[in-house]
Amino acid sequence: MSNLFDLLVAGLATGAIYALVAVGFTLLWQTSQTINFAQGEFVMLPAFLMLAAMHAGAPFWFAIILGILLSMTLLGLAFKMLLVDPMMRHGVLPLAIATMALAIGIKEAVKQFFSAEASSFPSIVPTGDISILGHAVSLQSIGVLVVAILAVFGLTTLLNRTSLGHQMQAAAQNPTVARIIGVPVERMILLTFLINAFLVALASLLITPIYLAKFSSGEVLGQAAFIAAIVGGFNQVRGAIAGGVLIGVLDNLAAAYVSTQYRAAVPMIFLIVVILFRPQGLLGRAEERTV
Amino acid sequence: MSGFAKPLKIALGLIVIAGVIVIPMNFNRYGLFILSQWAVMTIAAMGLNLTLGYAGQVSLAQGAFVGIGAYASAIMTTHGWPLPAAIVVAIVLAFAVGWVLGYPALRVQHHYLAFVTLAFSTLAFLVFRNESWLTGGIYGISNVPRPHIFGIATNKPLPFYYVCLGSLAIVSVAVWWLIRSPWGRAFMALRENPLRAQSLGIDTRRYTLMAFAIGSALGGVAGALYAPLTQYIDPVPFNLSLSLDLLMMVIVGGAGFYFGPFLGAMIAVLLPEWLRFTEGYYLMLYAIAVMGLLIWSPTGILGILDRYLAERRTKAASALRAVAKSRLETVQ
Repeated sequence: MSNLFDLLVAGLATGAIYALVAVGFTLLWQTSQTINFAQGEFVMLPAFLMLAAMHAGAPFWFAIILGILLSMTLLGLAFKMLLVDPMMRHGVLPLAIATMALAIGIKEAVKQFFSAEASSFPSIVPTGDISILGHAVSLQSIGVLVVAILAVFGLTTLLNRTSLGHQMQAAAQNPTVARIIGVPVERMILLTFLINAFLVALASLLITPIYLAKFSSGEVLGQAAFIAAIVGGFNQVRGAIAGGVLIGVLDNLAAAYVSTQYRAAVPMIFLIVVILFRPQGLLGRAEERTV
Repeated sequence: MSGFAKPLKIALGLIVIAGVIVIPMNFNRYGLFILSQWAVMTIAAMGLNLTLGYAGQVSLAQGAFVGIGAYASAIMTTHGWPLPAAIVVAIVLAFAVGWVLGYPALRVQHHYLAFVTLAFSTLAFLVFRNESWLTGGIYGISNVPRPHIFGIATNKPLPFYYVCLGSLAIVSVAVWWLIRSPWGRAFMALRENPLRAQSLGIDTRRYTLMAFAIGSALGGVAGALYAPLTQYIDPVPFNLSLSLDLLMMVIVGGAGFYFGPFLGAMIAVLLPEWLRFTEGYYLMLYAIAVMGLLIWSPTGILGILDRYLAERRTKAASALRAVAKSRLETVQ
């Protein structure tokens, strides 16, 4: 029983990170029909930017800020202007392939310019355990959970409570009408790219101390975030959050109760079942069929 | 114009065919291996091109079918069966699994389909890795024999290259015939507009499943050749990235163009080799090249050619019109 409690806490913590990554993924999809196959690499890169800054002698907090700013410039602004904008009118598939190539490019660049070895990464949360209901729970899990919840809460407040958020939603749901009623659609799309870049940098900051910084660590994470987004609902931010938490918990439970060898299969089978019975995702809206 | 272009095309085709037969004769071992790999990957990409380029069904599982073919071939040939028998089994197996994988395609489309097939690809990898009683697990299967064709041993790289090339030729002819048959036309109708295709009396259910099954079967053929080519297989080459690579080959070459997979596989297999002199930078340059190409021409390399030809045709047509018009005016 104590085992289950620990698994749930760890699962919630990983799930919260998946949710952060998945939310950014659905934001990009909603505003610009971008399926970003490099999303996992987007999470991997900021940690290396921060590490590079630290190696150059910057203090930890400064490296974090620099890393987040660089991430927003490279993975937000540059990604949108150099890759998405020129390809947007060509449809979903070529752009998806281009992001696959981008994933290869980022991975290889990190391997070449930084290191092929895994590097450790300092944690923003103190290590150690605290006791909750008689269980020892690592502070790191709790810290990750708290930061991720704050980020998601901040984002949903922005989207649902502010006029900026309403404009973003309008731009995502119907760009033409939004444009007519005076929403600066282009600026809103750019904003979602910046938010995505911020979220992946945050996820990077939270997850890298646990799983180390490695050039190949984006693959697993990207895949988990995709599954989370699809399971929860491709076109819903709250769907992506629910999906992320669900996949995180499921993954941790599967590792303990299903064979470790087929651990990775459990979320996959779950994904297939969800898609077959509810293609729009558990919380998603069905997309209209176009003739 | 067209009466002139056709012999030109045939001559060009013959030169290319003669080239791929004659030129590799003095290649070294490694060069022949890379070329054989090109032939094998072209077969797999042609299968995916049928599914994606002609029938419009996105699949991220072609690498898994190459794996299924490779394991079928490796298991059978190491147990003493001849390669042709193994290829037949690989085709049947990949066809059957592809047919089943087609069912989700009946329910979900586009990116959802991409993710179902992505999940399948990961599941297949797990099976290859974990069912060690059958697949040898992470240790894989070694000493996969190369076949005797008409009594000639193909152990050396050059004869086996010709086995791959010959198989590519057979597959090419079969696919050429297929896309010109009513089936191929039905596939294209399915891609352009599924609802309209249905209203024209095309059984979209059956053709969707067919598109998946035939495309997958070609992946199986490629796998069945891949195993004796490398003579050792383990699960790693058949993970998701192979499916993504194959998808990239089809799109970069030009999805829906017959010669797209040939070019796409050439770029994916040969370009990294040509860029190898740049040492650690070669995959980076490859990635940049692919992105650049897609920005410039999202329909792939053959898309550029197609656009150029279409432009020339319209120019020729308007020139003809201008001539006809001036003639009319002089008559008046």
